[in-house]
Parts: sequence; structure tokens; C-alpha cells
Amino acid sequence: MTEIPRGDAPPMRDRTGLIAKTGIMSGLPGHARAVADSRSRIETTRKETVTAGRKPLRLSRRAPGRQGARRKRYSVLMNALMTVMLVYALLPLFWLVVNASKTQRALFTTFGLWFGGRFALWSNIHQVVTYDNGIFLRWLANTLLYVVVGAGGATLLATLAGYGMAKYDFPGKRLVFAVVLGAVAVPGTALAVPTFLLFSNLHLANTPWSVILPSLVSPLGLYLIWVYASDAVPTELLEAARIDGAGEFRTFFVISSRLLMPGVVTVALFTVVATWNNYFLPLIMLSNPSWYPLTVGLNDWNQQSFSAGGQAIYNLVITGSLLTVIPIMVAFLIMQRYWRSGLAAGAVKQ
Amino acid sequence: MSANPVAAAPPAVRARRRRQGRPRPARAWGRPRPARARGRARWTGWGFVGPFLAVFAFALILPIGYAVYLSLFRQQLIGGNAFVGLANYRLALHDPQFWASVRRVLLFLAVQVPVMTVLALLAALALDSARLRWAPLYRLSIFLPYAVPAVVAALMWGFIYGSQFGLVARLQSLLGAWVPDPLSGSWVLAAIGNVVTWEFVGYNMLIFYSALRAVPRELYEAAEIDGATNTGVVRWIKLPALRPAIVVALIFSVIGSLQLFNEPNVLQQLTPDTITKNFTPNMYAYNLSFAGQEYNYSAAIAIIMGIITVIIAALVQRYGQRRAAA
Repeated sequence: MTEIPRGDAPPMRDRTGLIAKTGIMSGLPGHARAVADSRSRIETTRKETVTAGRKPLRLSRRAPGRQGARRKRYSVLMNALMTVMLVYALLPLFWLVVNASKTQRALFTTFGLWFGGRFALWSNIHQVVTYDNGIFLRWLANTLLYVVVGAGGATLLATLAGYGMAKYDFPGKRLVFAVVLGAVAVPGTALAVPTFLLFSNLHLANTPWSVILPSLVSPLGLYLIWVYASDAVPTELLEAARIDGAGEFRTFFVISSRLLMPGVVTVALFTVVATWNNYFLPLIMLSNPSWYPLTVGLNDWNQQSFSAGGQAIYNLVITGSLLTVIPIMVAFLIMQRYWRSGLAAGAVKQ
Repeated sequence: MSANPVAAAPPAVRARRRRQGRPRPARAWGRPRPARARGRARWTGWGFVGPFLAVFAFALILPIGYAVYLSLFRQQLIGGNAFVGLANYRLALHDPQFWASVRRVLLFLAVQVPVMTVLALLAALALDSARLRWAPLYRLSIFLPYAVPAVVAALMWGFIYGSQFGLVARLQSLLGAWVPDPLSGSWVLAAIGNVVTWEFVGYNMLIFYSALRAVPRELYEAAEIDGATNTGVVRWIKLPALRPAIVVALIFSVIGSLQLFNEPNVLQQLTPDTITKNFTPNMYAYNLSFAGQEYNYSAAIAIIMGIITVIIAALVQRYGQRRAAA
């Protein structure tokens, strides 16, 4: 069971659990839980084997023959070009950090790409969180609410449904398949205005539900989980659990959900980023600033700065932007390593 | 039959299994279950799919239906809400403001999407080439802007473009007048294209990179033995392997371009004269609804744009599949 047939699948494919599946075939039927546990053990062994197996593979790519060693060295040109892209990607963020540390006056009088004037980051932050009776903190709390309930619920619903599509046959499944695939192509923004009209008719507009309900639907998340579950959850395991007498939902929450975790994290990240960054929908739905998420609130401050007679608060817009970006970026950097596998599942396996 | 893995797998997975000649998962414990249990189990799948479909129907299907319904009516000064059939659609088809916005996003689509996709493709090939030092650093950094909210991205770039304390203004004063003003008439679309490219080039790069990582390494070894050059490997192995990922990325980009709203809406404050109320179809629909109270006409516009988007996305997909088959 610990012997992993490396020949039949490249390292990347292993993430889908196919190898573990072949290993699991030899497991005894009566102990689904034990099988699941041993699977996670296989997982660990597998990881080691794969990482151990990867190096020689790469090496053999790099130095295959007589001339190979000479040909495949680090390319200076490639590094230089990629550095240009890296600077392009990071420069605006650097600009944001630098300018969040300036007073409003210094914003206009000093060079944009370097620190200048009094170092005002802390006083800017203090102003941001206290301006207008601390409305910024309210917006932050709203955003967290929308993310936890909206993105969390979307992930849960998509996981359940994707798993159901992958592992069960049921009447009407073909229709569900067609409708969901069609919905992946329907752009969310196209529906924003009609959704507002419907919700205002139902007296849901201008409530948190008007933002949360639409963000609960993630057809793409369903599709990703579906593809992922097809490979990651061995059907034999479900049969074993059935024979043990476990109910289908218990099997899901005790066994399958663990196996699905990498896929779930991927979908969670998609939906968290989408909800944190959501702008069009709350802009349309909400007219009461105390329900705004950060994105709509920031743009409100920006509008105020530009409008005649409004108080210019550019320093608050910039520092507020920085404070909006930091949490999502931290979450993003912590969880990004799961993305590659998940994206591979969704994008490659067309 | 509640758990037939072959039928249950999405078509993509089934096709992949066929391609790779992998044996179908055998039913190891294929003891037929009692007919009574089977009848109940047939519906188990609905227990999992049901909650999603309920919300899906309420938050997605219902608004579409309501929009179609609304688009067939018109608010009239005398007589209130009246059924007008397809009149709103006829109006849209002859509305120069609407078509100006459609032409603008099509131009945006034709220029920004290829530029961004090619950049992302080159970056992904570089990451996968094993000739790039510190590849993870580049991968993460270029992907990072994807996490930045579109509003913040547009605000930042707007400040950078802006004449008051922007970098561009600084460049202008340093170099003289030949640096174009990114917020002036003909340049503003390019300026928005830059913001969108900045946000999504890393995302596309990661999609492509994931696809490249999934290429069986044995193929490279085989190519090596056949004496393939680097360009040969890219041309004959990597690009064909990337085709499905490119199709998916293109579809997302097509949708994003045709539905453009956030970036121009935020930048509008900087340059209200160049970014007009009907700069993109979505802005037009939004302003019709919220500034003009023309909900019925706005619903018709949203539906027409939805149809155009789905048609172009389907064309991209069909073209991609046909090329793959050939």
C-alpha cells in the first residue's frame, strides 16, 4: 500500500488522489473510517515520494545528454523580462504604502514614489478609523459579515452540490448539469440591475441580505468541486461506508469532506476574494451607508473629495485603501498554495 | 445506481480518463443493494444539490425571468405600466448611445484581452521553463494584484494617472508635453485597459502555469530523445497542452470585458467628460436605472448584453474546440 506506482501519473496528477485511490483498492471494505485514515497516511508517504521523485525528474530534464548541461542554465534575459513584470505588478502597491504615510499636503508637494514630508501613517490610520464616527470600522465589520456568511455559505453550498453531482445519480441530473454550466457563462454583473429590481420589489434591497443572497451562488465553485470530487473521493470508500451502515450525509461530513479539503480551500479563496472585492452589487443594492462594504465606502470618500464643496480627504482614501488591501492579501498569501491544484482541476480538465 | 463513478464523473473527467487509457474504476464491492433502498437512494443526490439549486433559482434564475418580464413593459405618463412587447428591444437596436458603448467594449476586448493573454502566456512559459531563478517569487508577486479589489486598483491607478499629484504629471513636467495624458479622450480606454491588465495578468498566468504543470514530464523526456529544441517543445507540447486553459481564460476575459463597469465607474470622477454615462453597456444600464428611472429599458439593455456575452463566449469555446479536434 505504500508502494506508489510513479509511472502512471506525473507528480501534478497525484494531487487528485488517483494514486491513493489505487492504493485504497486493497483496503478492507468494513472499515471505511480506517481506510480514510490510512489514506491520509498514504497522502503523507505519497508527498514524500513525490517530492523525492521530483528532483531527479527535473534534473534529468536539465541535464539529459552531453550538451544539456550547457544549454539549460538560468537565463538572464528571462529573469530581466520577468523582473519588469514584477515591478509592474508591485509598483502601484509600493505607491500605496508610500502615500499612506503622507499628510494631505505632502501628497501634492512631494514625489509620489518616495517618502516625503512628515511620516503620518499612524495619524492617517487614526483618522481613518475615527472619521465620521468610525464609519470605516462599520464598513469593515459589514465586509466581514458579507465574507463570512456570503463566501462561507457559497463554499458550503457549492461543495455539497458539486459532491452530489460527482457521486450520485439522480433524476433530473442532466438538466441540473446543463443549467449550471450555462450559469457559469452568465456574467454576474449583467444580472446586477435586474436583481436589484427584483429585490426592491420584494423589499430586500438596502438590507444585508441583498448582498449576501446573490453571493451565495457560485456555479464555478460547484464545477471545481465536481471535477475535484470525481477523482479525490473513491467511490469504493463510499460503498464501504454504506456497508458499515453510515448515512450518506454522515459519510460526507466525516469522510468525504476531509478528502475534499484542498478543493474546498480553493473555492473558499475564490469566493472570499470575490466577496471582499465585490463592488457593483452592493453599490446598486445599498443606499444606507451604514450597510456599505469597504469598497463602496472608499469610493464614497473618493467621490466626496472630488465633488465641489466636499471635504477633500485624499489621505483617508489612500490609507483606507491600504487597510482594505492588507487583510485580503494576508489571507491570500497564506492560502495561495492551494490555488494551483484547484485551478489545475478547473482549468486544465476541460 | 446511486454511485456509478463513470456516469457520475463530469464529461471532462470522463474524456480525460479515455485519453489517458486509465482503467475505469472498478466496482469493487458490487453487491446489488435491495431494491427498496435503491429506490430511496435515487433521490439522495437531491439532498446535496437541493440547497444550492434553491438559492440558485432565487438569486439567478428568478432575476433573469423578472428582467425579461420587465423588459416587455414601459412606464407611461398616462396609464402607468403598459405591455409594449418588444418595443424596448427595438428601441435599443436603434439607440446610438447603446451601440457606442458596445463598440467601445468590443474595441477594448479586441486589444486588451490579446495583450493580457499573451503576456500571461509568456510569463507562465517562463515560470515553467526551469531557466528562471527565484520562480516562486515572480509567481507570487505577479499574481498578487488579483487580490486587490477593483475599486482600490482603479483608485490607485487613478491617482497615479491624475494631474494633481500623479506620477504621469511628474513625468510630463520632466519630459515635456509628449507624454500623453492617460485620462484624455483617446487614451482613457488604454488607461482602463492597463488597470484591468494589471489586475488579471497574474491570474491568467497562474491558470496557464497550472496547465503546464499538469503536462506529463515523460513527454519532455521523449521530446529530448527525439532531439526537440526548446521552441519545438513549446510549439508541439506546451502550447497544445495549454489550449483548454487558454479557452477558459479567454472566456473569462470576454465576459469581464463586455461587462466592464467597476474601473470606468471609479475613474469617472477624475474625468467625467471623457468617461460618459454610457461609456460601457453596464454603465449605461446602471445610469438608466438609477439616474433615469428607466427600469424597463435598462432591463432590456442588460438582457441584450447578456445574450451578446453568451454568444461571444460560446464562439470562443467552439473555435477552441474545433482547433483542438483538427
